[in-house]
Amino acid sequence: MTEAATSSQRLLVVSGGLSHERDVSLRSGRRVTGALRRHGLETEERDVGPDLVRALRDDPPSCVLPLLHGEAGEDGALREVLELVGVPYVGARPAACRLAFDKSVAKVVVAQAGLQTPASVALPAETFREVGAAIVMDTLVERLGLPLVVKPARGGSALGCSVVRARNELPAAMVGCFSYGPVALVEQFVAGAEVAVAVIEDGPSARTLPAVEIRPDSGIYDYMARYTAGATEFVVPAEVSDDAGAACAYAALTAHRALGLRDLSRSDLVVDADGTVWFLEVNVAPGMTETSLVPLAVEAAGLDLGTVCAGLVARAIARGAER
Amino acid sequence: MTAPPPVPGTGPDGLSASAGPPGPPGPRTGHHTRFDAYVDRYATRTRGMTASEIRALFSVASRPEVVSLAGGMPSLSGLPLDAVAATVRDLVATRGATALQYGSGQGEPGLRQQICDVMAIEGVDGHPDDVVVTVGSQQGLDLVTRIFCDPGDVVVCEAPSYVGALGVFRAYECEVVHVEMDGQGLIPEALRQALARLAEIGRRVKFCYTVPTYHNPAGVTLTAARRAEVLAICADYDVLVIEDNPYGLLGFAGEPPRPLRADEGGRVVYLGSFSKTFAPGLRVGWVLAPHAVREKLVLAQESSTLCPPAFSQAVVSAYLADHDWRGQVKQFCELYRERRDAMLEALTEQLPTGARWTRPDGGFYVWLTLPAGLDAKAMLPRAVTARVAYVPGTAFYADGFGSRCLRLSYCHPTPERIREGVRRLAAVVERERELRETFGAGAGPPHLETGYESPTPDLT
Repeated sequence: MTEAATSSQRLLVVSGGLSHERDVSLRSGRRVTGALRRHGLETEERDVGPDLVRALRDDPPSCVLPLLHGEAGEDGALREVLELVGVPYVGARPAACRLAFDKSVAKVVVAQAGLQTPASVALPAETFREVGAAIVMDTLVERLGLPLVVKPARGGSALGCSVVRARNELPAAMVGCFSYGPVALVEQFVAGAEVAVAVIEDGPSARTLPAVEIRPDSGIYDYMARYTAGATEFVVPAEVSDDAGAACAYAALTAHRALGLRDLSRSDLVVDADGTVWFLEVNVAPGMTETSLVPLAVEAAGLDLGTVCAGLVARAIARGAER
Repeated sequence: MTAPPPVPGTGPDGLSASAGPPGPPGPRTGHHTRFDAYVDRYATRTRGMTASEIRALFSVASRPEVVSLAGGMPSLSGLPLDAVAATVRDLVATRGATALQYGSGQGEPGLRQQICDVMAIEGVDGHPDDVVVTVGSQQGLDLVTRIFCDPGDVVVCEAPSYVGALGVFRAYECEVVHVEMDGQGLIPEALRQALARLAEIGRRVKFCYTVPTYHNPAGVTLTAARRAEVLAICADYDVLVIEDNPYGLLGFAGEPPRPLRADEGGRVVYLGSFSKTFAPGLRVGWVLAPHAVREKLVLAQESSTLCPPAFSQAVVSAYLADHDWRGQVKQFCELYRERRDAMLEALTEQLPTGARWTRPDGGFYVWLTLPAGLDAKAMLPRAVTARVAYVPGTAFYADGFGSRCLRLSYCHPTPERIREGVRRLAAVVERERELRETFGAGAGPPHLETGYESPTPDLT
């Protein structure tokens, strides 16, 4: 672990924002703020708004923890602002965030790095309008098969995401997806164990935390299953074979490195019946709520969330502002 | 693979403290957790108390960048806060020992008399003995439901109905039967048919819950002729009526409509509130009920809260006595009328053909029906992206209907903000219509869930 953050430092957790995941972000912000304060670090929470940049310039914090989810948070926009102002922050740089946040782009990058990822097509709503939705949907089903997963190419918390098991369910899934974002990712559904693996860089090199397996009672890890305590069973470490477990860790590290991520990321994977690991997406600002996966993995690794966050902060401060 | 059940209480958040026994080669054995050690112990009625995408979206609506047409907070900007402060200061200084003490379970006698004076304005002749003060009329409805309804009992409501009432009925595990409304309120013939059908199948209706005046969310008012019909039908089928009247004094033209209770004392339980005429933060409402019902309500109130807050009651009582509260209500009406006008004008100018909406004569809400094929709940994320919020219609139905409808409130935003909000909404509707056209009929919502989808009460 790098040098510890010191008590004279003042940290700023930025959460909230205007994305569809505002509520999740506020919960993440509260949890991380609490963990850092218990660790003895002076930490403030702040929403994104017209007064943010003025506050950062007038009274720069020692380090910012951007805990915005969804647009503006994970697409790198806020981090661009932090670099512009010259404040150290925890997490990946803007260009890497842009790659990672767009699932269709991230999948290409990780596939080039040798990972398996389900076959998929990314299409904006306009394309369906221009060339005819029915024939495109027919072709999607012919080429990719069923079931399919439809989700916004950019977005999180499974918002706008649905599993399509029959052709006639596809139009509704597309409409539901396009309410959340302009581009849809239509992906082959891979059955198997859903597993999330966090990568942290709290030492000289990146390492993985224990894999968390997700077993939603409803069968689908949707918004309700994510944020209702009790609605999903989590198993950590994931009950997969040792080989598959190692392959999950390898996949998460490979994605983290291939996309040029930094400090912390969480990869969402599926282990199919053959033990093959499939990459679905990676999060540059993973959820930190009471029902989120990264804090669970931190605990399972025998670590304290405040200590881990403080370690990341210390690294960010040592690194200094990006210019 | 069968996972062992979670072991409650074995560690923080139900995380079991130790791993299972070392397993054979192959799959590893992990710790199992659900982040809730009590997941297997909750009462059946908590089913459905889950996180909701829709409620999460309302969190964005509270931001100033968003024009919220979703909330139901009254506009308190006109209240004479200095004068109220002086009243409260005087209250504490001179009568603090009483105002800060426990009070009567039924509520303070002086306030109950004043409540009768308030009801008399609308033509209701009530006696202070028959008034029970409650923590907002919401608690009044809770107590009424508590003393009348067993799980599975039938409650008849308007379609759509007040979301807070549906929440109470769900909490007591009632079965809600909706009865259709039109521009003149509840349709008597539809009510008669519903009651006949329920009688036929041997279902006893415990009561009919109605908001006859300036309906939330529908924005319509039951006509005088229909009021008599509704009372007659309920008498025919021997059904109790719960009349919820929080907006009665907030009309925009003429005298307030005569409440059902004004013409029928024995069959109507009346709910009133100071939340819209004075201050919702004080949480003071009331129930006016026939003697036998009132006796049970007082006992239920004592087991619920011991007594309604004495301090809040004292503040309301002093405000009514010391201030021109009726003049203040007139000012509120002017403010809301101006906002209603702004909303109706903007809707007429901006909304595409195929959309229709109600024209309220009072209260806070316009009920909007989208062009055919659109779904208000599915459209909400797009609206939030466009920085405008509303409540999808399904929140006001216990049975998943209302997907083509939404509630717009004009009580809190200024006329300028209302116009801007409607402009944004119109663009969202247009975009959503294009999308529906692209994907054709049958592109309904991917899943139909009913549950906790109303905004929190503190949403503007």
